[in-house]
Amino acid sequence: MNEATISCNGLTKQFGDFKAVDHITFEVKAGEIFGFLGANGAGKTTAMRMLCGLSVPTSGQARVAGFNVFKQAEEIKKNIGYMSQKFSLYEDLTVLENIRFFGGIYGLSNKQLKEKSEDLIRQLGLQNVAGTLVGSLPLGWKQKLAFSVAVLHQPRIVFLDEPTGGVDPVTRRQFWDLIYDAAERGVTIFVTTHYMDEAEYCNRVSIMVDGRIEALDTPANLKQQFSAGTMDEVFYQLARGAQRKAD
Amino acid sequence: MRTLLFLLRKEFRQIFRNKSLLPMIFVAPLLQLLILPLAANYEVKNINIAVVDHDHSSYSQRLVSKITASGYFRLAGYYNSYSEAFALVEKDRADLVLEIPAAFERNLVREGQQQLFVAVNAINGAKAGLGAAYLGSIIRDFNAGVRMEWIQSPRFEPAPAIEVVSSNWYNPFMNYNFFMVPAILAVLVTMIGGYMTALNIVKEKEIGTIEQINVSPVRKYHFILGKLIPFWVIGMFIFTMGLGVIAWQVYGITPQGSILLLYGVLAVYLLAVLGFGLLISTFCDTQQQAMSLAFFFIMIMMMMSGLFTPIDSMPDWAKAIAYLSPATYFIEVMRMVVLKGSGFADIKFHFLVICLFAVVLNGWAVLNYRKTS
Amino acid sequence: MADVILENITKTYNKGKVLALDAVSFAVDKGALFGLIGPDGAGKTSLFRILTTLLVPDGGTAIVNGEDVVKDYQSIRRKVGYMPGRFSLYQDLTVAENLNFFATLFGTTIQENYDLIKDIYVQIEPFKDRRAGKLSGGMKQKLALCCALIHKPTVLFLDEPTTGVDPVSRQEFWHMLNRLRDQGITILVSTPYMDEATLCDKIALIQGGRIMSVDTPEGIIKQFGELLLAVKSNQMIQLLQDLREYPDTASCYTFGEYHHLTLKDNTSYQNQLSELKDYLTGKGYKGDLVVEPVAPTIEDCFIKLMSQAGRQPAV
Repeated sequence: MNEATISCNGLTKQFGDFKAVDHITFEVKAGEIFGFLGANGAGKTTAMRMLCGLSVPTSGQARVAGFNVFKQAEEIKKNIGYMSQKFSLYEDLTVLENIRFFGGIYGLSNKQLKEKSEDLIRQLGLQNVAGTLVGSLPLGWKQKLAFSVAVLHQPRIVFLDEPTGGVDPVTRRQFWDLIYDAAERGVTIFVTTHYMDEAEYCNRVSIMVDGRIEALDTPANLKQQFSAGTMDEVFYQLARGAQRKAD
Repeated sequence: MRTLLFLLRKEFRQIFRNKSLLPMIFVAPLLQLLILPLAANYEVKNINIAVVDHDHSSYSQRLVSKITASGYFRLAGYYNSYSEAFALVEKDRADLVLEIPAAFERNLVREGQQQLFVAVNAINGAKAGLGAAYLGSIIRDFNAGVRMEWIQSPRFEPAPAIEVVSSNWYNPFMNYNFFMVPAILAVLVTMIGGYMTALNIVKEKEIGTIEQINVSPVRKYHFILGKLIPFWVIGMFIFTMGLGVIAWQVYGITPQGSILLLYGVLAVYLLAVLGFGLLISTFCDTQQQAMSLAFFFIMIMMMMSGLFTPIDSMPDWAKAIAYLSPATYFIEVMRMVVLKGSGFADIKFHFLVICLFAVVLNGWAVLNYRKTS
Repeated sequence: MADVILENITKTYNKGKVLALDAVSFAVDKGALFGLIGPDGAGKTSLFRILTTLLVPDGGTAIVNGEDVVKDYQSIRRKVGYMPGRFSLYQDLTVAENLNFFATLFGTTIQENYDLIKDIYVQIEPFKDRRAGKLSGGMKQKLALCCALIHKPTVLFLDEPTTGVDPVSRQEFWHMLNRLRDQGITILVSTPYMDEATLCDKIALIQGGRIMSVDTPEGIIKQFGELLLAVKSNQMIQLLQDLREYPDTASCYTFGEYHHLTLKDNTSYQNQLSELKDYLTGKGYKGDLVVEPVAPTIEDCFIKLMSQAGRQPAV
């Protein structure tokens, strides 16, 4: 199959004597939709921050988009998109200003900026609110816009940290349509979520418990492996034994 | 370069869109500059004096009328006993008590000398100290007058009456506005620059948008320049408004020295102040922390900069602190160039020190700002 | 007898420009666990703030515990418990200090109502000297619940207690709510997670400031009233497109490992079902294709009600 765009080997992050991420090893292939699941405090966010070059690992190895997370963090940043749990566009800028700003800092030319922002606004049906401050948009629209902005510069990988939390069921599905579109264009998707139905939409899913990856496979194989009817049950079986919930 | 343009466009948009912050940046400093110099005046008037006259002679009455005629004193009461006068001090209705002893006139004439007793209410130190000094000079003057009358008698060797006349150079009428306006303008520019930069960056941390910048290929120095340049421009603008509108149009102060020189120093000084704000922001995660930390330093800078109290009269340890603050140097430059017309040669040392502050503060801030934790 | 009654509650912001609540009416029975289900921005928090007397409605009446939220706000505040959406305890006080503080605020002690919170408190007791800010999400939630319960409220309002919490902790939290309900406390809880709806006695589906439906979860599912098909194959993305292009499709959306599909005409599903299968076989789907009728869930109902309300196009 495709080559790996993300590969980790024994990746670890330690805060004092607390191992937030404990020797994780996995690969994500180019064009894959990879679900990165785990209970609160299992270490998902820390792992993701290391892969994005926001946090330096304590030990282990990892390459993202062909670059080393220790030495080439800035190179990685040119090749990824990132959308965090907290809403990450500027609320006091308009829709169009946000698109142009983020496009601009990723080095898009003026011509590209003009074309892409027009396309994007049309695709999302935001023509009437292009000049509206982002802060006054409904959450679902903001999240769709944030995702579109995160893939505007055609990154090789996009990291999504709980992108659909609190979004209504219809918009949530529209959001996933956007993810599929991006995946079809060859963007690798790395996504965390608390919605177990969304785990089913991923090509492969990993489940983190107490800083370690306890399971990694396609949803169908995982269900078979844990003799479970749904991904919910798989998750319960693994996460129920977690020690860290208490901390 | 292009990245920086995008960052700058964003910053300016955000600043001008923040309706609650705009008046704080543009109106408040100018209002302060308009009001503060009127209130900050060292000249002491209306000192309340209680006189205890045990003599009731013509000399004692002449002394009292000379004191009240000076314009600095207001007679709060005229008593026969010290305790009555002191009661006035206790009620805070008198600042000074002058006690004229019994047989003041007789002894003055017979022995050529006499003692007066002055008691000072030192709760308001400045008022009391200056009051006592004024009173002393009035009494000396009275003394001289008395001697002059006696000179007519040839028996006395005429005492060489040496009078000290002072003239206030660079500020001929000793107008305190001249002294205060340039210094207050310097402090206001410091506060705007320091606070605004610190709060602006920390705000991005609080909201979480800084994360989005940190995962982008935006370089550290681009981001920092994007934050510094807008406030540098705003600082320049406020200074210009303060100098051109308030100092010149309202107070009639025109810089004696080169305006170009003034702006040259200001340009570097603003860099130092913005570097200070940036440094604060790298240590703080919330706007509240940034506000408190900046407040602590700016308060010290302001109080010890020589704005209100001359640095020369501070104890050595305090002097050392004062000279560790860039504001001290800039206030001196302001006063020297605006009032005295000093040239570059006179302020060269100040300029170099301010440059050093700019380099150290910014360098430290840049080292401390991390895109990656 | 209802503990919470709302009649035509309306609330606008920005001088009437933003309609947050549009004539909301429903009632919560005494001792019921009532769920207010809807996404962020639907108006749930505005509604909670009105019911807990923190916000005055523009119009309509709301009665909590037999008292009016506007006129009798002081007495209501003594009797209800409120757990706001954002973690609202003192992060720099320890677990025990927080709990003591809230007990003192209501003139009671931890010992007095210990029975009520015992089940929950024992889970956080090992950390009672830890600062609240240092607790994990799940633990914070438990502490917040204890604090909201400490004065033995008659009605408990929980605004999105499970948002951002993983499925396992969410399940535990609902178990706690069930035990509290069994002790006779009326609970009104809001959540954006549709799967939590079935854990409530009765639910209201809210979207865009409007209540779309109020009933028991079973009742709402019964109202769906259409045949719902679950379809899957090995080519899910392609399948979704093909299903949407099928002329007889009324709505089709992803749903976990299946796509859920409703058809325009429900008169003769046996025929329709075989027509659909023929269509898909014609598109090249083979043995991996599954098409089967399935019972709708609350989420299906929510999507249907949303598209009926015309607020969002059916996906």
